[in-house]
Amino acid sequence: MTRWLPRTYLALVYVLLYVPIVVLVVFSFNESRTGYAWGGLSLRWYEALFNNTAMVRAMWNSLWLALSAATVSTMIGALTALALHRYRFRGKRILNGMLFVVMMSPEIVLAISLLALFLLVGLQLGYVSLLLAHVTFCLPFVVITVMARLSGFDESLPEAARDLGASDFTMTRTVLIPVIIPALLAGWLLGFTLSLDDVVVSTFVSGPSYEILPLRIYSMVRVGLKPEVNALGSLLLVFSLVMLMLSQWILIRSKR
Amino acid sequence: MHSIRQQPFKTAVLVLVWGWLLFLVLAPNLLVVGASVLTRNPSTFISLPLNLDAYRQLFDPLYLEVFLHSLYMAAMTTLVCLLIGYPFAWALSKVGKQRQVLLVFLLIVPFWTNSLVRTYALKLILATNGLLNSALMSLGVTDEPLRLLYTEGAVIIGLVYLLLPFMILPLYSVFDDLRQELLLASHDLGAGRFATFIHVIVPLTLPGILAGVMLVLLPAMGLFFVPDILGGSRNLLVGNVIKNQFLDARNWPFGAAASIILTLTMALLMFAHRLSKRRLGDEDGP
Repeated sequence: MTRWLPRTYLALVYVLLYVPIVVLVVFSFNESRTGYAWGGLSLRWYEALFNNTAMVRAMWNSLWLALSAATVSTMIGALTALALHRYRFRGKRILNGMLFVVMMSPEIVLAISLLALFLLVGLQLGYVSLLLAHVTFCLPFVVITVMARLSGFDESLPEAARDLGASDFTMTRTVLIPVIIPALLAGWLLGFTLSLDDVVVSTFVSGPSYEILPLRIYSMVRVGLKPEVNALGSLLLVFSLVMLMLSQWILIRSKR
Repeated sequence: MHSIRQQPFKTAVLVLVWGWLLFLVLAPNLLVVGASVLTRNPSTFISLPLNLDAYRQLFDPLYLEVFLHSLYMAAMTTLVCLLIGYPFAWALSKVGKQRQVLLVFLLIVPFWTNSLVRTYALKLILATNGLLNSALMSLGVTDEPLRLLYTEGAVIIGLVYLLLPFMILPLYSVFDDLRQELLLASHDLGAGRFATFIHVIVPLTLPGILAGVMLVLLPAMGLFFVPDILGGSRNLLVGNVIKNQFLDARNWPFGAAASIILTLTMALLMFAHRLSKRRLGDEDGP
């Protein structure tokens, strides 16, 4: 009794967490138009999806945005982590605190503050504003991933490189970067996923000229149930899942 | 000591990092604070003179009601997450180590998948002719479909569904650190199960509880798309108010003031969290 009760409880919560995901994927293969009753197996909604040019364009926009946001945030995030790990400088705790606050604060607060900034400096809302915003909210995740890798790292290696006459830059390039590559990859994949899935921040900082997938989905599901959304949502879920598993796999493998 | 030729790299890195954070984190947040004390202006968004009208408007009965209702829904969400998550984290910490890794991974998977898509998936289940109603009717629990969608309950279900992992993870980490000897000691000193729970387990897991509350309560007020999809117009969140003020009504001072309330709530919760951690730290070491 004392053993099976907690386990049954765990299992029950997991079932509840995954039921909606399974339902969505199953219904994406539903032939029926109404969306509720099962009308047989079909790929028609996936077909409809890829024949919808506006949708395909939004898909490419989203992929490109996620790709660039992940890349920029990985570069800046890695440098931030290196700086926090290696250097003593004034305001280090403030820097740390700011990253923490970005991660903890409600997305909507970040979203409106960025909107206010972009409108004040006269930046046209579109790809650039989305990129800046996405890099900002991905940054702490990259920093944490890289910091975790650096914290378990043998300090004698950079010392040795420096004793042998390497400059900070050379030492970073030849010693530190190779060590943190798994964390960089994992951080990049996390950033990519976060960017691709974001709704709240994107709602505020995107303009009519650059349509992205989550916002397209948002405008579709607000009005009612759309079978194409089942297919689109399933694709997005599977894609994010693969990215997440890949990043975890890299992190676990690199620890061995 | 750094030699001269090591300095340029350090300087470049620090300038880049600080530049990004000052320009895209600190400046925008100060702007919001500034906007909240300015006057509404439909064409330029904000203008002088300075005033506290926006904050006064928050206490307008119309908005106060929306705010209180939103706070109530967020609090209910947090409570339900705590009630589900506390025993869950406890049970999770008792499972074998190898299996724990997998189970924690399975818990964060939903976090990394699109929350909008998952909210929409709930709509498939809760709709009038959706899965839950079909199941209830074929089981004979009810004769006609229940109205599940576009209710306060649907919004809370949606929020709990999206935010539950944020409650469980910090709780799991405190349960994982909980030293079993303390429970044994309490037992040896004659405390029953209930007394041990109230006087030992709850205080020791308090930092986890507060962290979980913080991670659930705040997003719960901001996730405007959940009421949009599941809730109908009577179950708005603070997030919807902020979004409407910024994107539709163009009343920036009011939207900014509302978001500052959110930020202040966060600061308060963080403070409580740190305080509880420090107090526990003083009592039984780091």
